[in-house]
Amino acid sequence: MMNKKHLVLLASAGAITLAGVATAQADTLEDTLERGAVQCGVSDGLPGFSSPDDEGNWQGLDVDVCRAVAAAVLGDAEAVNYISLNAVERFTALQSGEVDVLSRNTTWTTTRDTTLGLNFTGVNFYDGQGFMVSRDLGISSASELDGAAICIQSGTTTELNLADYFRANGMEFDPIVFDTSEQTVGGFQAGRCDVLTSDTSQLAALRIQLDDPSSAMILPDVISKEPLGPVVRQGDDVWLNIVKWSLFAMINGEEYGVTSENAEEMLNSDNPDVARLLGQDGNYGEGMGLEADWAYNILSQVGNYGESFERNVGMGSPLEIERGVNALWNQGGFQYAPPIR
Amino acid sequence: MSASPNTRPAGHKPPFWRDRAKRALIFQLLLVAAVAAFLLYIVGNVQDNLSSRGITTGFGFLSNTAGFGIVQSLIDYSSQSTYGRTFFVGLLNTLLVGGLGVLAATIIGFTVGIARLSPNWLLARLATAYIETFRNIPLLLQIFFWYFAVLRTLPSARESMAFGEAIFLNVRGLYLPQPLFESGFGLIPVTFLIAIIASIALVIWNKRRHEATGKRLPAYWISFVVIFGLPLLVLVATGVPVTWEMPELRGFNFRGGITVIPEFLALWLALSIYTASFIAEIVRSGIQAISHGQTEAAQALSLPRNLVLRLVVIPQALRVIIPPLTSQYLNLIKNSSLATAIGYPDLVSVFAGTTLNQTGQAIEVIAMTMAVYLTISLLVSMFMNWFNARVALVER
Repeated sequence: MMNKKHLVLLASAGAITLAGVATAQADTLEDTLERGAVQCGVSDGLPGFSSPDDEGNWQGLDVDVCRAVAAAVLGDAEAVNYISLNAVERFTALQSGEVDVLSRNTTWTTTRDTTLGLNFTGVNFYDGQGFMVSRDLGISSASELDGAAICIQSGTTTELNLADYFRANGMEFDPIVFDTSEQTVGGFQAGRCDVLTSDTSQLAALRIQLDDPSSAMILPDVISKEPLGPVVRQGDDVWLNIVKWSLFAMINGEEYGVTSENAEEMLNSDNPDVARLLGQDGNYGEGMGLEADWAYNILSQVGNYGESFERNVGMGSPLEIERGVNALWNQGGFQYAPPIR
Repeated sequence: MSASPNTRPAGHKPPFWRDRAKRALIFQLLLVAAVAAFLLYIVGNVQDNLSSRGITTGFGFLSNTAGFGIVQSLIDYSSQSTYGRTFFVGLLNTLLVGGLGVLAATIIGFTVGIARLSPNWLLARLATAYIETFRNIPLLLQIFFWYFAVLRTLPSARESMAFGEAIFLNVRGLYLPQPLFESGFGLIPVTFLIAIIASIALVIWNKRRHEATGKRLPAYWISFVVIFGLPLLVLVATGVPVTWEMPELRGFNFRGGITVIPEFLALWLALSIYTASFIAEIVRSGIQAISHGQTEAAQALSLPRNLVLRLVVIPQALRVIIPPLTSQYLNLIKNSSLATAIGYPDLVSVFAGTTLNQTGQAIEVIAMTMAVYLTISLLVSMFMNWFNARVALVER
């Protein structure tokens, strides 16, 4: 009767394995502390947001969110495992637990927030969809694009906005859908399409990748709202809070003037907001299972939101994107973090 | 078969667990039950986990509005169509490139395979070079080559190559005039059908007559002329009830007519040329498997060369060729999913790509996609097995 015995053994082994998978992801914070690194999903190479530099270190505005979470949880901004994901893979990777934070220029939409078992934790970049065209075409507005062939990256909100915009304006277009942003640029350069469409921030990044960046221009039209932010799995509220407040700490840091350079002096600041932020007055990390110096670690190791912006996408970077709507609320922008108290 | 030495005397039945056949049956049933229970458990487990994490499940999404555009569609499609329709658009695009790919690969493969055995030194060497080149370069690279290398050399829409005033070729694709059928055109398919039936009758009659009297007509040539000549005659007689819609340059691109997108051309060329190199080798080995004595024997009967090939060599070679040919066809169809790399809107790109991402229902979408490839492959396999049984050597 060996056959039957083997079978039962196999079936029960399988059952245990599956049951194990089902319960393994309940406590992301505990798993992260045990692993000693944050599992962070980033893009497959988008300069300014997440791309490896010439030494192989990941850099960018989205990468800084991963680093902030690592600094808050583990006290070390470098304790991050970066997992490069394309647009199609990203949500499955987060759902299945391959990554714990998805920080990959992902647009916050109703479907994504409510039907995928995911939660957005905030907005680290307010974007909008735009168009890049070749200068030779002599076009100055998106309303002249009737009949154009348009290169898009697969699996993005861009595909939907584009169809909406052309239908609303009674225009036709041919969508040419590519898998990665690299191939999309390839198709645009080969002349397969007249127009490349994406979020305007990405257009700036893609334009500097062209063989001759001056041959292309970005149209002034912005046809959609694209709030980009980090995403976590639904059902682990502690982890949700950690990711949410890591970003808020960076934004509050900028508002109160705490930078990576002056963070240490600021520990002695008289400003009560700064004292609470840096853990000198009360322990606001406790509710998230973190140390009192969680925000100090973020600001001293990663820097505040403004520093991160300038370094990665702002005037201190090749992208040269204006702060615009991404300025702080008291400077005419949308970036506003709830107070720490 | 004689009885085994340890049979029991008649009338005394052994208990069922000592009967080898019954015991085997019980084990089989137990195994099936265990596998079924295991699968049920997995499905239930997945459903529990998905619902506990707030992930939407089910196939309801198929009737939601898709909201994105697709560049090539064989059926009516707009961004207002449903996700269910994107499935069929993708499926048809896959079948289109798969079907035309199989056709082209077979033609190129048979030609090159026979050319490799040609007594003409140059022809044989060219065929060898073709096979060794295309068989040994990864398919994805070949697709990129045709798409990016060949595409870049084509002119832009405003400077397209024109063949007459009807056909245009540029970096955006191949533009052909589209026939628009007027009333009275219905007669032509009818004539076509009649001609085909007449031709079949002719071939059968010719075969019987040949067997009875030894005389034969060139029936295939006559059929060819009838099938294509008769509809043409009717077409002229009815005053050509067809107008052509010419492609013309409007704004950025050509509009009107039929557009063959470069993604399709690149994928089709790459798949056909790559698979043809394998088919050529299969054809060569099939022909070489027939001993030369057979050809000599047929020639000794003073059969003409074309009949030696058609009646003696090819029927026997097909027995060797068809089984491996089937797997090449299956490979071609499955390889067509590489389309997504160059943006051809096949099933994987449209449905398992965009639709999956917009709805987030990975399990349902991937299961449907896998089921499609499985079904296509099984159908092709079934057809080829049937065909193989037909051409198999009938032993008497």
